[in-house]
Amino acid sequence: MFSFTVPLGKLVRAVSRLRGGGSALPGLVVEKIDPGFMQRTLSSLPHGVAVVSGTNGKTTTTKMVVELLESQGLKVFTNRTGSNFTRGVAAALLGEVDWRGNLDADVAVLELDEAHAVHFVNKVPPRYCLLLNVLRDQLDRFGEIDATALLLQRIAQRTTGTVVLNREDPRVARIAGTVNGPEVLYFGLDESLRSTFPNDDDMRTAAPGTGTQVDVPAVEAADVVLRRVGTDDADFEFDGTQVSTHMKLRGVYNIFNAAAALVLARTITGASGRPGDAAKLVKALSEVAPAFGRGESLTVDGQPLELVLVKNPSGFRLGLKSFPAKGYASMIAINDNYADGRDMSWLWDVEFESLREDGVDVVTGVRAYDMALRLQYDEVRFGSVDTDIPAALAEFIRGAAGKPKRVFCTYTAMLAIRRELSKITTVEVVS
Amino acid sequence: MTPAEDTALHASKGTIRVLQLYPRDMNIYGDWGNALVLRQRLLWHGYTPELLEYNVGDDFPEDVDLIVGGGGQDSGQIVIQDDLQARGDQLRGMAEDGTPMLVICGLYQLFGKFFKTKAGPVIPGIGILDVETVGTDERLIGNVTLTSPEFGEVMGYENHSGQTSLGSGVEPLGTVSKGAGNNSKDNHEGARHRNVVASYLHGSLLPKNPAIADFLIRTAVERKYGAFVPGTPDDDFARLAREHAARRPR
Repeated sequence: MFSFTVPLGKLVRAVSRLRGGGSALPGLVVEKIDPGFMQRTLSSLPHGVAVVSGTNGKTTTTKMVVELLESQGLKVFTNRTGSNFTRGVAAALLGEVDWRGNLDADVAVLELDEAHAVHFVNKVPPRYCLLLNVLRDQLDRFGEIDATALLLQRIAQRTTGTVVLNREDPRVARIAGTVNGPEVLYFGLDESLRSTFPNDDDMRTAAPGTGTQVDVPAVEAADVVLRRVGTDDADFEFDGTQVSTHMKLRGVYNIFNAAAALVLARTITGASGRPGDAAKLVKALSEVAPAFGRGESLTVDGQPLELVLVKNPSGFRLGLKSFPAKGYASMIAINDNYADGRDMSWLWDVEFESLREDGVDVVTGVRAYDMALRLQYDEVRFGSVDTDIPAALAEFIRGAAGKPKRVFCTYTAMLAIRRELSKITTVEVVS
Repeated sequence: MTPAEDTALHASKGTIRVLQLYPRDMNIYGDWGNALVLRQRLLWHGYTPELLEYNVGDDFPEDVDLIVGGGGQDSGQIVIQDDLQARGDQLRGMAEDGTPMLVICGLYQLFGKFFKTKAGPVIPGIGILDVETVGTDERLIGNVTLTSPEFGEVMGYENHSGQTSLGSGVEPLGTVSKGAGNNSKDNHEGARHRNVVASYLHGSLLPKNPAIADFLIRTAVERKYGAFVPGTPDDDFARLAREHAARRPR
């Protein structure tokens, strides 16, 4: 059936791109005039839809799953723009379908934030879902952690094929007991690595590690286990064998999510009738580069400048742990715009002692003074404090000439910093 | 040992024992920040802090000079309720005796008469404060500024669906000029009784409100040693953080 939906949507998309507008408007238009468009288009895919959700690591994990599947010869549709909500998916679809509304792909892999994922799965039941973690993120939007876990549970309950769960996050692992029907698979960590992943229940008290005991199910066998992480390599175990590989990705948490991506990619390729080629999967995994701002490394004045996105206490703590301060000049940029979360309390749930020896060169962002105050109470030295991000960045680059640099930044601060950096170095354009 | 600890070890004016109440179950949205600020400011004032914890089932420590307690999810409040009732007389006695206490959000509610949760069950409080809380579907979220007769302008962040009404036996902490405070009808926030300060503001409350931190410290020191000899903490960044926070949207 020919409908006007696609031509009209594409027209709105073209116009809104010309105006330099956001990516959601055309999706909104299509939703209004043809509410069945997304469901119809996605249900035509031979291997269905996979949804990736959770608090931390969605973007990088989705990117990994896509690249792993592509290495197996599958054509993948994904919402690359970072519009991780339903309208964003509809808008991304408009960019990919032909004028008759056909999508040339084998499978869709979609990153969706928890609340929007529930709206999405109510419209389009996914064949697969991958649930990463439930951490304190933007609780000012979602309420409390237990409520966020219920959102993920709803996604799992709407999934028809396979649910992939983080065995090490009790609130995620517990979801296994609430689904009937779909197969449940886990990704897991070697016992020696578990202590590097603080769970929110272990959040700072005078005696860390005594967190509230959530009912933890007995340790299930995991489909893929991350056994070891080195500086630029890692060991994964699956099908009873251990595989070592070089990794371009940095940060323990990114590499743990690589185990998650492997489980999902192996499941999808297995179901496609061409069992995954393990050697090719691992090679593809070793070549995945970080998503923008997630440990991304740029070059400024011949020195590396790393951008580490921090948006919640666990992410910040893992960021500090994964990227040691030694030898690096550091800047911290904290904004409190809607996309960052307005509540600054999370800075007090992060310990900054690891920066005490080297100090922080520059503190910036709308809430630079909240951050400076936080450092003062942890007795971490800091240089200049300036709420103006472009000026602070220039000062940082000038003051730390000849040294490798690292910037910890919230989401909108990262966008501002990339915009500034694009004037002086090559920054990948994300459209 | 941090530089401040090093200094304090050599010339301490006395020791103050600070108890964190239920940090395992009632610790969300930066509650640790309040304990950290008390510890550091005690050091900066020249006193030695001793940070203690009390969790469900523990022995209650002796000679506590100052108590700080935080917020929690509804599930955390249910976990602690029996234990809190068992400690009710003791905590009421300490509060009436003048022990300085700071309770935020969840423990503020349970220091009142009761918290009727949205799901139905009523969690009894220990009645130190003449307040009652009822869970609602409306979540009060955002930046808050209020004016307190004792502490001047107080700022923070609220995130709660329990709405609290004050009885005649308590005073509010202050009058709200931005945000909701105790409930969506009255324009007041928090509660004051004896040396107990109760508030919905987390984020954390004490870093950007050093006047409240110093009130708790001064009261604890005066009760123990008779006189408080303050040091000179550098509050420039607290002042600047307050100025910037005050300009942020709700």
